[in-house]
Amino acid sequence: MEGAVVLLDFWPSMFGMRTRIALAEKGIKYEYKEEDLRNKSELLLQMNPVHKKIPVLIHNGKPVCESLIQVQYIDEVWNDRAPLLPSDPYKRAIARFWADFIDKKIYDQGSKVWKTKGEEQETAKKEFIESLKLLEGELGDKAYFGGENLGFVDVALVPFYSWFYAYEKCGNFSIEAECPKLIAWAMRCMQKESVAKSLPDREKIYEFILHMKKIFGIE
Amino acid sequence: MAAVKLLGTWRSPYCFKVIWALKLKGIPYEYIEEDVFDKSPLLLQYNQIHKKVPVLVHDGKPICESTIILLYIEETWPQNPLLPIDPYERAVALFWIKYADDKTQSIPKIYRTTGEEQEQAVKECSEMLETVEQHGLIEGKKFFGGDEINMVDIAFCMVAHWLGVLEEVAGIKMFEPHKFPKLHSWAQNFKSVPVIKENLPDDERMFAWLKHRREMLLAPKSN
Repeated sequence: MEGAVVLLDFWPSMFGMRTRIALAEKGIKYEYKEEDLRNKSELLLQMNPVHKKIPVLIHNGKPVCESLIQVQYIDEVWNDRAPLLPSDPYKRAIARFWADFIDKKIYDQGSKVWKTKGEEQETAKKEFIESLKLLEGELGDKAYFGGENLGFVDVALVPFYSWFYAYEKCGNFSIEAECPKLIAWAMRCMQKESVAKSLPDREKIYEFILHMKKIFGIE
Repeated sequence: MAAVKLLGTWRSPYCFKVIWALKLKGIPYEYIEEDVFDKSPLLLQYNQIHKKVPVLVHDGKPICESTIILLYIEETWPQNPLLPIDPYERAVALFWIKYADDKTQSIPKIYRTTGEEQEQAVKECSEMLETVEQHGLIEGKKFFGGDEINMVDIAFCMVAHWLGVLEEVAGIKMFEPHKFPKLHSWAQNFKSVPVIKENLPDDERMFAWLKHRREMLLAPKSN
């Protein structure tokens, strides 16, 4: 399991944050390489020729692409500590279902919240909150989606928390007012060093979004 | 009372993926055909979030989303493995399965659209085929899984079988042997595997249904 680990990443990426958290949970030393997405490195293009996207996890010179696949890979290779997926096949299926739900809904709906205005934005906010409420339902009374400890779904979702403040400012609404249990969960996750040091400061994300809005010509 | 039930529809390649996995592993199951235009209370109860087929029910517990179902089957019944054992090889296989899941969605768009929308769908589909031809299939390997089919082959089933019928219905020719020799060869090999060959929807029935569906979808837009 030893061998060089490199992560090609971009600091505001929720997907990159997932892999950072997984690596930190397992205590894996790695080299972090920041990519300029407007000027992608030869290494990135070579390691992910199909999508040319970050994050890319490189282990012993071999690339693993797609954040959730990276998290599963890390869990399987460094399987002697901090398990992220449950061992029971049915519980694994449930975890994968909710991670898939997050991938299908949260990123696109969240993006629409900051990229649109007026009625489109109102619809986006409504759908976004609906999805978060479904996740709150799945969390129930558990401390984490993974039960007593951080699990696969926690790792898949918590990076989006770093973007919530920016969504709230752009959409002029409060996510906490609608989903208090989910925010409580997020803050519980932020108590963990692996999460706290993997998520960027929310003000920096908001600045980044304002900058993106200028570039895309969004008011 | 069957321990394993599958709620599906003959029209959906996603349902066939599950049928093939169950048959390849020799798992007995009860099949329940769903009318997706008039969903049963059972389906709505088992898949409250997406309300879609396929749904696998094992000992009363539902599992949804075809790839998640296949991974569950793989982990619960390890005989005749459909994924590599090595973690790195498995990560590569999962990458291509996700790629197939995301990108083959452009295939049904071909028959559901006309004009510019259809051109866009054809473009996306061609790009997907080119990428798989260039990066996904290894020269000399019969299947994505090597000498035997695995979950990656199953994930690309729409290319092997449904694409041809959809092209006919839409009046488009895209998946040509001279353009995609490796993929074409793979598709022939895939459809020759007995479990696949014996479990495919009837071509004529499929063509008639898709033609009817295309007319229904495009009707309101025509004058």
